[in-house]
Amino acid sequence: MFIHVVIARLKARAPLALVLLLLTAGRASAQFDFVGSFAPIGTEDVQNDSVPVDYLGLAITDEARARALSYDESQKSMIERQCAGWGAAYLVLGPFGLRVSSQTDPVTNRVVSYTIGAWEDWNEMVIWMDDRPRPSEHALHTQAGFTLGRWEGGALVARTTHVKAGFIRKTGVPMTDNASIDWRFYRHGDVVTVLMVATDPVYLVEPEIISKSFRLSARPLDYRSGCVTGYEGHEPGDTVPHFAPDKNPFADEFVKLYHLPREAVLGYPETLYPEYRKKIKDSYVPPLPCTESCGAAGNFVLRR
Amino acid sequence: MRAFAAGVAAVVLLTAGIRAQQQGGAPARPARDRAAIDLTGYWVSYVTENWRYRMVTPPKGEYRRIPASRAALPLINAWDPAADERAGEQCRSYGAGNIMSVPTRLHITWQDADTLKIETDAGTQTRLFRFAARNGAPAARSWQGDSAATWEPAAGGGSLRVVTSNLRTGYLRKNGVPYSDQTTVTEHFDVAPLAGDSKLLLVTTVVEDPVYLTGPYVVSPHFKKETDGSKWDPTPCSSTW
Repeated sequence: MFIHVVIARLKARAPLALVLLLLTAGRASAQFDFVGSFAPIGTEDVQNDSVPVDYLGLAITDEARARALSYDESQKSMIERQCAGWGAAYLVLGPFGLRVSSQTDPVTNRVVSYTIGAWEDWNEMVIWMDDRPRPSEHALHTQAGFTLGRWEGGALVARTTHVKAGFIRKTGVPMTDNASIDWRFYRHGDVVTVLMVATDPVYLVEPEIISKSFRLSARPLDYRSGCVTGYEGHEPGDTVPHFAPDKNPFADEFVKLYHLPREAVLGYPETLYPEYRKKIKDSYVPPLPCTESCGAAGNFVLRR
Repeated sequence: MRAFAAGVAAVVLLTAGIRAQQQGGAPARPARDRAAIDLTGYWVSYVTENWRYRMVTPPKGEYRRIPASRAALPLINAWDPAADERAGEQCRSYGAGNIMSVPTRLHITWQDADTLKIETDAGTQTRLFRFAARNGAPAARSWQGDSAATWEPAAGGGSLRVVTSNLRTGYLRKNGVPYSDQTTVTEHFDVAPLAGDSKLLLVTTVVEDPVYLTGPYVVSPHFKKETDGSKWDPTPCSSTW
């Protein structure tokens, strides 16, 4: 008897349900399929780490510049500093792809989180989609930070906080643990474009904005573990390798290699706008074409 | 059962009517009224990527990160900016394949209800994104080609998709890395908020050329919104700078 009542009620409501279904069928969707493997396309130069002093494309404070110029890459051999160069921002600065999985609530089947898998030194990023509260500002800060996400205008929008103090660029440009990163993940066909807007109240004059594209890969990307520290010759208590002020031997390497203006290599804000191109028009002399040891595609240096 | 059948019939008729309206049974709303995002206003390039390839002219022969084909190499090595200038070809690096990567300001307006206009002060170029099919004979190839635009709406926003072809041969980089007149440029324009009520325009660009590229060349230049046109500074094309 009961089942007949249920069937009768379903029949009565079916037209309404059909109307709603068909009326919404042609409307814009809010989400895209983010789960899968996306290989880096690599046709944009966003890494800027092939020479030790390269702050091109950044707008940094004087304090950040002084700290960056004191940075010696040998610091990476210290256990407590080995992972500092591969914070959350390395998602778009590094050479790796996105291996994205989702975790769902077993009862509601709704997505609780997306996880972008680790890649060698970069630790996995979990994007929480369940509106959980952001931790206290005093909560643990980690290499990957804490990331909350939501869907907005067809994009996955996320914000990362609670990062450890480290580097915004692995050439030693520093980042505080008060930094935050706003992300937008767009998908157009097989291409996912990740937009990063990083702000730091201490070391960045203007946000670092990087966008990088990835293509859906038919073959799943490899699993890699995240940053694991290990002994590399430095004992606890050893002196931190560094350069004293005005003693960085690499300060002008990039400037000389490509005849670049020093203020651009050192990350002065005005160098990011079209006016600057006009300003250097009469002073810039391009280097001669490379004729030997050019590296790939006529480039002067291979990546270190 | 009759009520169910009547309901289904009503739904079919209703949706058929909606589809007819969407497919031209009734006058379509102009693109300007259907805009998924507002792109109008002044925007300025914020050059945080590819700085060395955009803000200065890279050395001759450097095509790193561009998937140049073997057919492109002789042209790359023969690049002569002075010869381009003499031949009146100084706008080669300002064509649709590269113009959004040129450090510039954009002025975006609606030319009419179905045509979005993008002007650049660098090289004084004009791009027309047409939402309605173009009538008449095909236009001659040009630096900016023919651009077909469609909105890709999503709940609370969306994107603008633009496909450009019918291009003149141009340069992907100031130092003469070529794209051919067979090139197709597919762009998606997305807008994101920035602090202080500002906005960021992201242009994901896929350049496909069966002649001078071995695969798609993908870049994503971005622009900050400006409050007015006070910094608008038109300058002509130059192949030497």
